[in-house]
Amino acid sequence: MIETYLKGFEAFSRNGGAAAPSWARSLRLSGITRFEELGFPSTRNEDWHFTSVAPIAERDFAPLTSATSGVSAAQLAPFTFGGEGWHTLVFVNGRYDAGLSSAAGLPDGVSVLPLARAYDELPLLLEQHVGRIASIDAHTFTALNTAFINDGAVVHVGKDIEVARPIHLLFVSDAKAVDGIAQPRNLIVLDRFAKATVIESYATVARGAGAYFTNTVTEATIGEGATLTHLKLQRESAQAYHVGTLDVQQGRDSHLVSFSFAIGAALSRTNVYTELRGEGCGATLNGLYLGDDRQHIDHQTRIEHIAPNCYSRELYKGILDGASHGVFNGKVYVHPAAQKTDGKQTNNTLLLSERAQIDTKPQLEIFADDVKCTHGATVGRLDETSLFYMKSRGINARTARELLTYAFAADVLETIELAEVREGLEAAVLKRYTES
Amino acid sequence: MLDIKDLRATVGDKEILKGITLTVKPGEVHAVMGPNGSGKSTLAQVLAGHPAYEVTGGSVTYDAEDLLEMDAEVRAQKGVFLAFQYPVEIPGVSNAYFLRAAYNEIRKARGEEEIDPMSFADLMDEKMQLVEMEGDMLSRSVNTGFSGGEKKRNEILQMAVLEPRLAILDETDSGLDIDALRIVAHGVNSLRGPDRATIVVTHYQRLLNYIVPDYVHVLANGRIVRSGGKELALELEARGYDWLLEEAVA
Ligand SMILES: Nc1ncnc2c1ncn2[C@@H]1O[C@H](COP(=O)(O)OP(=O)(O)O)[C@@H](O)[C@H]1O
Ligand SMILES: [Mg+2]
Repeated sequence: MIETYLKGFEAFSRNGGAAAPSWARSLRLSGITRFEELGFPSTRNEDWHFTSVAPIAERDFAPLTSATSGVSAAQLAPFTFGGEGWHTLVFVNGRYDAGLSSAAGLPDGVSVLPLARAYDELPLLLEQHVGRIASIDAHTFTALNTAFINDGAVVHVGKDIEVARPIHLLFVSDAKAVDGIAQPRNLIVLDRFAKATVIESYATVARGAGAYFTNTVTEATIGEGATLTHLKLQRESAQAYHVGTLDVQQGRDSHLVSFSFAIGAALSRTNVYTELRGEGCGATLNGLYLGDDRQHIDHQTRIEHIAPNCYSRELYKGILDGASHGVFNGKVYVHPAAQKTDGKQTNNTLLLSERAQIDTKPQLEIFADDVKCTHGATVGRLDETSLFYMKSRGINARTARELLTYAFAADVLETIELAEVREGLEAAVLKRYTES
Repeated sequence: MLDIKDLRATVGDKEILKGITLTVKPGEVHAVMGPNGSGKSTLAQVLAGHPAYEVTGGSVTYDAEDLLEMDAEVRAQKGVFLAFQYPVEIPGVSNAYFLRAAYNEIRKARGEEEIDPMSFADLMDEKMQLVEMEGDMLSRSVNTGFSGGEKKRNEILQMAVLEPRLAILDETDSGLDIDALRIVAHGVNSLRGPDRATIVVTHYQRLLNYIVPDYVHVLANGRIVRSGGKELALELEARGYDWLLEEAVA
């Protein structure tokens, strides 16, 4: 209910919230005001047409405030890909856990900090960017997140610096998260010609414990000629609710390479938004969603081509089993000035059961005349001819099905450059479809 | 080895095979020829167990067992192999993985141990040489982006690895230049033996210069309208199919 959050906001402003700088406090106030105005979206809202958030709106999730965590490093192992020397910040139930985190070995000019420390160490950077990239105007969950800005990660990579090792922001929930809401707020700033890979993981270490809600927002700005690789891995428990937004602004000649992997949660919505603001930018938005049982997995992407001579590439694939429901809404806006835009969007979904369902909605709005934009969507089942071909070579029907299912996902996983994550996800997908 | 009796098959409501009788003994090579649309591929696919074709009459016995009762994978495990007229592309599954999975399943069915990756690599080296293929094709997805000739050679490679007892080649020669034809024929001939048999489906006599058949059958409109020795193929090459079709109608 909205009221729960309004009351929660009052309590929050009195306690935990008071420590923040004044700009942050007024930003929160605008967040709660906007949230109260917008309320939770209904399916009449075209951005939420295929996704009912009633299961979230009807529950009362309390803000998670406990700063102590009982999570051990061993419990994190399934989510860390064995990455040696990675710079990792761990958050438990939305709160930074210094004991589990290790951001050692960062090059000079690079900061990877929890928000509370960044208020002190990078005050100008924060004030300049937080709340300036992710819009609350039409996004009620971003408004709600903004109202409760309190914890999260800040990544800043200075000019010309390439961070060789991945930065992993790992958000885990345990049994104490049940009935609670965690609202991480992250900021990624890449200065001119910087380069970094940031992984955002959302995971549960206490499967089956109960419902909780993650509502996360990441703002990113990619400076001139800089490259951000952003991997979002949503592996929450089957009882969890997850809304996550990545909002990016790209400068001239910059590149965004984004991948969204969504396998968890009862209901999840992932938004990936980018604005190509300078000439010569590129954005690659790929993703893979795997649904089963009664899971609902929604992706919305929005690419705004504002400047000329930019390209965007988008490949989202899904495998839906059981009575799961997938949604893909890919928006591409080409502004009048964005001549020579080169855009390509593809969404392919494989349905493994009669009850599984996908709503796919490409949305191209083009206001420039000299552009090349294509989109295509397919929905299908396993190809009978391929199955027969494999069987005719002696491969049994079950193995043939498993191989073809895995193969469907293989090409989009191959686009992940970071070997540890690519191989980890390949193994996870292979295991999922070969151990039934 | 293979005993086909009065075999009838339909696809949808359309009867395509209208009573085929054919006996193949170990060691023999049979050529099945005939004009386009006569039912050659249908016969081949029915023997391999394609579910789209419904067998409406007759019987097929393979090594004293009812072939038609077996699932496609069981037929393959028992030594039946079909080289497809149109090999299927499977993006995302590498040739190496595919071949090893098939090879191991067939070994398992014979009660043999799975092969270890090292020995399999050696086996592949040997078989790739036989069909003159380059090593990099093993890491490529099955038939994906292959030229027509590469696909046909890949069928023969699979056959060479799986060593079937009954190989059915469905127009493996169509679209091949003379070099590729020679390679394909060499692959097939090196598998010949007293215990194995081959059915070569072809539209042209050309391939039969390299794979010399013991018997030639002409299929027209779902029936075998004539059988003979290898000289029948030469006669067909010289005279075409029309005279046979006319005789069959008369
Ligand atoms: N899957 C199918 N669906 C509909 N018709 C088919 C199918 N397969 C074969 N046919 C028809 O059956 C006839 C025989 O085809 P086919 O066996 O492919 O002949 P051939 O291999 O001798 O050229 C043709 O008329 C063809 O159109
Ligand atoms: Mg044919």
